[in-house]
Amino acid sequence: MSFINYSSREINCKLVYYGPGLGGKTTNLQYIYEKTNPQARGKMISLATETERTLFFDFLPLSLGTIRGFRVRFHLYTVPGQVFYDASRKLILKGADGVVFVADSQEERTEANIESLENMYQHLKEHGYDPNKIPLVIQYNKRDLSNAAPVAELKKLLNPNGLQDFEAVATKGDGVFDTLKAVAKLVLQELKSGT
Amino acid sequence: MGAPGMIMYEEEFNQISAVLEKLVRDANSRMVFLVDKNGQLIAAAGETENMDTTSLASLTAGNIAATGGLAKLLGEKEFSILFHEGERDNLHINLIGQRVILVVIFDDRSTLGLVRLRVKKSSEELSQIFDRLMKKAEAEATGGQASPFAEITDEDIENLFRE
Repeated sequence: MSFINYSSREINCKLVYYGPGLGGKTTNLQYIYEKTNPQARGKMISLATETERTLFFDFLPLSLGTIRGFRVRFHLYTVPGQVFYDASRKLILKGADGVVFVADSQEERTEANIESLENMYQHLKEHGYDPNKIPLVIQYNKRDLSNAAPVAELKKLLNPNGLQDFEAVATKGDGVFDTLKAVAKLVLQELKSGT
Repeated sequence: MGAPGMIMYEEEFNQISAVLEKLVRDANSRMVFLVDKNGQLIAAAGETENMDTTSLASLTAGNIAATGGLAKLLGEKEFSILFHEGERDNLHINLIGQRVILVVIFDDRSTLGLVRLRVKKSSEELSQIFDRLMKKAEAEATGGQASPFAEITDEDIENLFRE
């Protein structure tokens, strides 16, 4: 749910990184944080367990610049990927203006990817979204691993509707900003169309 | 799409700021924040200079969301007031009209009783302002008032990512 503030001339949007556990959602945010000019970003908050698994969410505020005199700000969130944190995951997804689904390319994570994607569509519907209309991009992460499934196969399973998708190695930053830019653009286009 | 976005106009923003500033004084508090349920800061008043207000807003919304989840588990509609007691500072958080979250930070110059009393009055005033705000936004949307973003071009969007 975007927030347009005429008084401070700001527009705020919420982006959510969704996906199976250990898929690299937090790593995406960490890379963005490291590579962004300190003036353009706020503090990154991670509510994680002692073993650095996301417990509730990660949060990173970014300022992208101005459009027509309005400062454009994006609030990036990740959900906890582990199956049993489902209630928290649903809470974080609420109010999202755009979603990135971070898939784990490893063969053995195929089932986890599908399960997480279905779980996301389910939660989106429960929040009143039309899952086919919300700005959504797919990222196939961990492309550098030897057990990564072929992209064609992942596309067939996770992206039958041909949404924008990106190959990534989040630990090195490959594809991270391409993914962010793509979803941010979709969100702004959605605002433009006023729906 | 899900819930429509929130729009804040200058007039209502000034009214909200005035209510918050009065609350800071009347409750002898250090600072007061108004946050939307999705974690965006709407307005703040008091000693906010050294406070990371963006983080505060997002964590408060997460807190309210988690507490709301707990309420549902117990068959409650919501827990409308949260109170966190610290060694120095205390946090009073309450939901206003299912829409926005009012956060008051106070130390030993004030008391929980005083804060609760003042928050009640301010919440009513804020609730009325938000009712007006929603109606205004609706009227502008249906009255054909285009959003400032209706006119942005693909090039504007591209430019944002060019640097």
